[in-house]
Amino acid sequence: MDLSLIIMQLLSGIALGAVLVITALGLTIVFGMLGVVNFAHGALFMIGAYAGLYLASLTGSFWWGLLLAPILIGAFGMLIEFVLIRRLYGRSIDDPLLLTFGLSYILVEGVRIVFGSDGIPFPTPPQLIGVLDLGIGFFPRYRLFVIMLVAVVLLVLWLTLEKTRVGLIVRAGARDPTIMQVLGVDIGRVWLAIFGLGVGLAALGGVLAGPMRSVNPEMGSLVLAEAFVVTVIGGLGSIVGAVVAGLMVGISISMVALFAPEMATIVMFALMAVVLLIRPQGLFGVRGRTA
Amino acid sequence: MTGPSSGEAVAKPASSGLAWLLDHRVLLSIAVLAVLPWLLPSKALAVNVLIYGVVVMGYNLLFGYTGLLSFGQAAFFGSGAYFTGIAIGRYGVPWFAAVPIAVLLSTCLAAAIGIVSTRTRGIYFSMVTLALAQLVYYVALQAASFTGGENGLRGFTVDRINLFGLQVNFLDPINKYYVLMAFAALAMWFQSRILNSPFGAVIEAVRENEQRARACGYDVERSKLVVFMLSGAISSLGGCMLALHLSIVPLDILHYQTSGMIVMMVLLGGARSFFGPFVGAASFLILEDVISLWTPHWQIFVGAIFVLFVLFLPKGIWGTLLDALDSGKARR
Repeated sequence: MDLSLIIMQLLSGIALGAVLVITALGLTIVFGMLGVVNFAHGALFMIGAYAGLYLASLTGSFWWGLLLAPILIGAFGMLIEFVLIRRLYGRSIDDPLLLTFGLSYILVEGVRIVFGSDGIPFPTPPQLIGVLDLGIGFFPRYRLFVIMLVAVVLLVLWLTLEKTRVGLIVRAGARDPTIMQVLGVDIGRVWLAIFGLGVGLAALGGVLAGPMRSVNPEMGSLVLAEAFVVTVIGGLGSIVGAVVAGLMVGISISMVALFAPEMATIVMFALMAVVLLIRPQGLFGVRGRTA
Repeated sequence: MTGPSSGEAVAKPASSGLAWLLDHRVLLSIAVLAVLPWLLPSKALAVNVLIYGVVVMGYNLLFGYTGLLSFGQAAFFGSGAYFTGIAIGRYGVPWFAAVPIAVLLSTCLAAAIGIVSTRTRGIYFSMVTLALAQLVYYVALQAASFTGGENGLRGFTVDRINLFGLQVNFLDPINKYYVLMAFAALAMWFQSRILNSPFGAVIEAVRENEQRARACGYDVERSKLVVFMLSGAISSLGGCMLALHLSIVPLDILHYQTSGMIVMMVLLGGARSFFGPFVGAASFLILEDVISLWTPHWQIFVGAIFVLFVLFLPKGIWGTLLDALDSGKARR
């Protein structure tokens, strides 16, 4: 067990965490704005992976799949908000949760009907096959690409939220939707866009995870639990929290896998339990809203 | 509102047929369950309604009466089944003793999960219970030497016993049904006792207005923890019944999809009503049975029906029926 092995495992953990960050971010942004936890988030992640695979084979290029799948599935998410979720604003906070849970049943079974129940391999794009020599060891090119892409997406999201007029409206809307309506902002349209963005991020996570995991209709159920753990640790509604907790969970999983592989699936839940006992609102959560 | 679904334990409509129904809800429910094997197309379906009915009833204590939407009830359903099977198969405990042991151990598990999860509120609670129940799932998956891992728990048999001259034989479906029904009856009596007790009023107060309940001097956190444990205990009894019924325990019982199914059942039947869970379990299982006759993709229909229920019939079949009966009388 030498240091370079640990560093390589750390990088693997960051790649794993990067996908978690993107997925959990979608969940947390939607909650922060709409107060809705999307239980179909895992199913939409899975649909994103299938859409990416399908579009990649249709166009012959992974890159079209990577670009188009999040946009299409994001638009589908907006449709879900417009047709179903919108009816439930003002009702119990449990109702959107229950509705999206029922929706995940429909989505998973729908994919089984169209693509079958068996897993499908997701080929790594030819430009990113193989490993890169980092001096201390070899690291898969694709995982490096995932880390960099997620960093870029995070930067763009952060700049949009902090530096643009749209971001200002979004941040203000999260704090007080009523005042925003008084000021003449159509908050319904903001919610529609944010829900689409959240679902698009889930789909992006799905496409990115495709070449790292195999694609099957059940892949979303583990992802949903992972995304929940990340948002609970980070604090629901907190973007910084999702980033920190996502990387934390990814790194813990891959580090534990190095020393005790059978504990790897369990460690993130243990981490969550510890955080909850110390800080029920999560690391970056605001007390009062959820705990 | 003093309708039966808004608080049948605290506010009973006085001197009416409905009140009579509510006063005798345990006996009436048992009477319905007693004829169930002859009403449903198969005995196997009736046994499943019984088992899931008990599981969902326990869950209803948490979700319907206390207003806590847990997505982790499968942990207790599963632990009841696993502990029963392990006690019988590994330690040679007779099955009638294995059941109380399993319920006790599951209640301890519920205490552990409850201590962590009841510290959170609202949507957080749903997410945390789901995650902690998944933890139980992965522990069962990894501890294969105890649980059989992916293959589920096998290799235990439910022996025939002679109870005061009464033959109890699990190989005979009718005999098995009525033995399991005795467990269900016990669970219903216990649930009814809880709901009629002052504690039953406290949990409904917590649901209606947590801050006011706290201001009235009730220990809200402890009440939530206690109701979490009671709910887990009742649901775990359903798990024991499943283990006795199947003589195997499938790993899937612990998965959060099972928790989701429990949530669906309580909503289809009607949360916050005493008999609703059995109506919900029966509707769900009959739907699954009928639809899977002509397509293996029954989940898409069940999902769609559930979405429609959330949108248009949030009180469920039984809850809506009781409401209609109640308002019909008020008009007269």
